[in-house]
Amino acid sequence: MITYRPYLNKEFAMSLSTQDVEKVARLARLAMTSTEIETARAQLSGIFGLIAEMQAVDTTGVAPMSHSQDLAQRLRSDVVSESNQREAFQAIAPQVENGLYLVPQVIE
Amino acid sequence: MTWEIVIGLEVHTQLSTNTKIFSGASTAFGSEPNTQADAVSLALPGVFPVLNKGAVERAIKFGLATGSYIAPHSVFARKNYFYPDLPKGYQISQMDLPVVGQGALTILVEPLSGNAKPYEKTVRITRAHLEEDAGKSVHGAAQGMTGVDLNRAGTPLLEIVSEPDMCSAAEAVSYAKALHTLVRWIGICDGNMQEGSFRCDVNVSVRKSGAPLGTRREIKNLNSFKFMQQAIDYEVQWQIDTLESGGKIQQATILFNPDTGETRAMRSKEDAHDYRYFPDPDLLPLEISPEWIEQVRATLPELPHTKQVRYVNELGLSAYDASMLTSSREMADFFETVLSAVPNDAKMCANWIMGEVNAQLNRDGLDMSQSPITAQQLGGILKRIADDTLSNSGAKDVFRTMWAEGGDADAIIEAKGLKQVSDSGAIEAIVDGVMAANAEKVAEYRSGKDKLFGFFVGAAMKASQGKANPAQLNEVLKQKLAG
Repeated sequence: MITYRPYLNKEFAMSLSTQDVEKVARLARLAMTSTEIETARAQLSGIFGLIAEMQAVDTTGVAPMSHSQDLAQRLRSDVVSESNQREAFQAIAPQVENGLYLVPQVIE
Repeated sequence: MTWEIVIGLEVHTQLSTNTKIFSGASTAFGSEPNTQADAVSLALPGVFPVLNKGAVERAIKFGLATGSYIAPHSVFARKNYFYPDLPKGYQISQMDLPVVGQGALTILVEPLSGNAKPYEKTVRITRAHLEEDAGKSVHGAAQGMTGVDLNRAGTPLLEIVSEPDMCSAAEAVSYAKALHTLVRWIGICDGNMQEGSFRCDVNVSVRKSGAPLGTRREIKNLNSFKFMQQAIDYEVQWQIDTLESGGKIQQATILFNPDTGETRAMRSKEDAHDYRYFPDPDLLPLEISPEWIEQVRATLPELPHTKQVRYVNELGLSAYDASMLTSSREMADFFETVLSAVPNDAKMCANWIMGEVNAQLNRDGLDMSQSPITAQQLGGILKRIADDTLSNSGAKDVFRTMWAEGGDADAIIEAKGLKQVSDSGAIEAIVDGVMAANAEKVAEYRSGKDKLFGFFVGAAMKASQGKANPAQLNEVLKQKLAG
């Protein structure tokens, strides 16, 4: 039996540093001022406080869940249901050419 | 102290569904850009992914075909990164609970060099998980801009991850080929490597024998077996040279350049691999019941390896022949149809298919499915070899005619007068005639000039217009010449 691995570990919950917030902000491409970072750090630490509280609950014998609802995924049969609506979609795109959506040059 | 090579593969197979993994948009290849990019593929606000049953079925098939664990309960997760061909900002994939768990694939390794013999090896499969493909970036589509085509976005992929069980380029290539055969065999992927339906990432490291695993570098996106072999050979040598000259290997993602035959590291940004996976709240867990698995099992054909074992044990073919005849389902079907015409001559069927048929296919640049001669037609020829109507050279004659003009073996034999003479009275008469016409040579032969035997065979065969059964003719000649 493979058990579900929690994404947040306890150490993380215990302390959230300014660097942690800066890193998450960078990964999410969010530009934040130092005041905003401090506000976010305090708020996120509060959330981790809640998580720490939940982790203290004895869950022995309770199967881990990956979703808040105890339901299974509904499946769709493999039949084409969507038609070409490129014109409508591209009408709201900032820039298109030859059917392609254009974005600033990406250099790897 | 020698170096050991350690290789593991991650193979992305595009599943052959009609529609995308999370929406009802078509997955047909080669359409005009973005004509198959629906609201879900574009990640427009308010859209919701709904899982394609066909994609799950194909994953189950793969699990069954490799004797893998099929998870009764698996979970989709978001893999977060920013790139324009991924409009959501995350790829829906599976992390902790993939749909397919541990399994194995037994392969026949064909050594790349010299006289080494093929050998069997079992490669363990770590897992296989469902995920969505990204779109395609077209660099330089306009001045200073990148164009994005999202037709491919959302195409279902099964990423098949192996254990690092391979220890040479030959083993890695043989495994990739076996996997390529298998996914086409069970009909879950078209295997078209040019179109990117089957893409391999190869993890390579080296170590001194017995030492702990070395640091690996991952060669990305190989779409040909030849490139895979070249890339591994180059990379292994580079790693050994680096280590022997006192350097260290840094974990890296690298690309193979087919023009130079070299590998080079991609510039990697800090945090590039911090994907912050978490369960996708838009998707409930995927439940697969034992009943569903049994339904899918009932649709599976006999698998290549099972066939190979049967061909060796029941038909007496060599392991090599068995492996060649199961290199694709078309090939195996062809062989089995031919065999049904001459059930006791498996070796002859194998020889003809891998000899004459393959040679002609290669010459004409065709594959098995395009063969102008059907398996039934070939069976018709072999039947006439088996019942002594045709000599081997007569059969080849029929085959060439059939290849060029079509038709049925018996009609061609009749029309070209290729029926072999196996009537002993007729053969004796021919031999008598030849001996009477060459009385001097008969005397020379009888006085010890054995070499003349070939002359008599030739003359008698000629007299029979090439139709005499050669074995019988030899026999009669020997007897009569002995006097």
